[in-house]
Amino acid sequence: MCARGVCTCMTENREVSTTAAVRCVDLRKRYGDVIAVDGLSLEVRRGECFGLLGPNGAGKTTTIEILEGLLAPDSGDVEVLELRWQRDERQLRQRLGIQLQESQFIDKLTVEETLRLFRSFYDRGKTIDELLALVELESKRSSWVVKLSGGQKQRLSIACALVGDPDLLFLDEPSTGLDPQSRRQLWGVLQRYRAAGGTILLTTHYMDEAEVLCDRVAIVDHGKIIALDAPKAMVTALGAPKVVVHEGTLEDVFMSLTGRHLRDE
Amino acid sequence: MTNNGARGGAHHPLIELTLARLREFVREPEALFWSFFFPIVMSVAMAIAFPSQGSQPARVGVPPGAASDMLRKTLSSGPGLIVRDVPAEEELRQLREGDVHVIVRPGDPPTYRFDPDREESRIARLVVDDVLKRAAGRSDPWQAREDAVAIPGSRYVDWLIPGIVALGIMNNSMWSIGFMTVQMRLRKLLKRLAASPMQKWEFLLAQVLARLLFLGPEVAVPLMFGVFAFGMPVRGSILALALVALLGALAFGSIGLLVGSRVRTLEAISGLMNLMMVPMWVLSGVFFSSSNFPEVVQPFIRVLPLTALVDALRGVVLEGATLGGIRFEMATLAAWAIVPFSIGLRIFKWR
Repeated sequence: MCARGVCTCMTENREVSTTAAVRCVDLRKRYGDVIAVDGLSLEVRRGECFGLLGPNGAGKTTTIEILEGLLAPDSGDVEVLELRWQRDERQLRQRLGIQLQESQFIDKLTVEETLRLFRSFYDRGKTIDELLALVELESKRSSWVVKLSGGQKQRLSIACALVGDPDLLFLDEPSTGLDPQSRRQLWGVLQRYRAAGGTILLTTHYMDEAEVLCDRVAIVDHGKIIALDAPKAMVTALGAPKVVVHEGTLEDVFMSLTGRHLRDE
Repeated sequence: MTNNGARGGAHHPLIELTLARLREFVREPEALFWSFFFPIVMSVAMAIAFPSQGSQPARVGVPPGAASDMLRKTLSSGPGLIVRDVPAEEELRQLREGDVHVIVRPGDPPTYRFDPDREESRIARLVVDDVLKRAAGRSDPWQAREDAVAIPGSRYVDWLIPGIVALGIMNNSMWSIGFMTVQMRLRKLLKRLAASPMQKWEFLLAQVLARLLFLGPEVAVPLMFGVFAFGMPVRGSILALALVALLGALAFGSIGLLVGSRVRTLEAISGLMNLMMVPMWVLSGVFFSSSNFPEVVQPFIRVLPLTALVDALRGVVLEGATLGGIRFEMATLAAWAIVPFSIGLRIFKWR
């Protein structure tokens, strides 16, 4: 199935919980005068949910698209599931699930037809029925995509990402624009994927989302990571978190680090 | 695991991609309407412009007023002439618009005003001349016996219909594929597909294949119209006809793909499409023979895809050509199917 060397090290590493699912070193990307990613390094461990947290324009999307192999960095080193984009793209694409910000599906295809289309690209994976159950869209099976609500569209998008039973799931702002109930439904889907042993790398600008879903978060600002830890530890490190009425949140962490509100811009 | 199980019950990606495109198209009533509407409108327009029975009467203009009374009376008695009053300041405009074919001014001798470059004007002049001279007492040495025939296949309308079919193939293939790719790019669906393990050539090929399924009705509608309304002959084999249409659709689908391969706005794609297609409307001999263009540009015109398709269709429909007889055209179309597709695949922008 894969090159011999790769297989060996995968089996060796399975026992070590700190094996990297994603590793990138000193990533840089600029668009003309704008530096989108400015020497960013990170490591996502297998089985964890890792969040990239930051305001719009911090470089989260550029970073995740480089890791997804959709953008080439100007410099820096990327390794995903111990494979490289330049060499192992076909194999990698079979093992990754990707949900993009703002990408739309074909309006007049049904949910089932859309899933079937994406399923046809993968050598392994779930059945359509399993997917529909996983994202709770059984009742919408025969509805056209254009008729779905925002939350349902987003769950379809997640289902398309999960269609090939991925080892690693990339999500770019998965709950942006969703109402509270749809967000919680989406989190449920992601927690079920985690429970089955999956690894997630997501970007978000919602603090509560990061606190609920992520084992570790990196706070990104101006294309750099300015803090990286477990959400709880970050809040604790802030010190005196119980000053007023509420407990400290990641929002407070972000403000104390940058002096700005997260949704300022 | 069986082959089917490997894809969880889904078909081969090429089939799924083609099906997706077909479903999208069939569920879009406007798109469906336009792709069948165009050839029907063209065909109806032809039926009105070229009635199949009898020849068109010649329209003759005379100056208004009593001075033309004699003339008006004589001309009206002539066969196949329609006489109307045309004021002096209107003469040029009506001649230009083809409202009248010749103006006759009374006098001794009368004056004929007409455009000798126009065939219908020359004919009208001859008919008018004949009627007037005969009325003036000319005696003909003899009257020939006339043996009138109408030969289907050699009329303008017969020549035109295969051209309309070719035009339909070009329009539908290029517009639908070019527009669709740009739209999918705008919606970031192309980017999403590129993030999956989908094979890129399979996606592009599926877009072209989906087109072929609509080819049958698109070609059959105007052809049937020609056969039943005008008695146009179809002399070649249906198989040869189908192969020509198929290759033509592949060629234009592939060109549409190349044109849409990097464009990001619907305005830009419309402009580019017109830039590609309008010169071919004129050069490729759909409405008038391309032999009207100078000798130096003929080799260029010959290798245009629309010229190849029009010539091949005319060859098969009107002359009963076999595939061997149109091998140059077929080879040209094949080249247009392969080269733009390969370039398009290479430079295609997925985001």
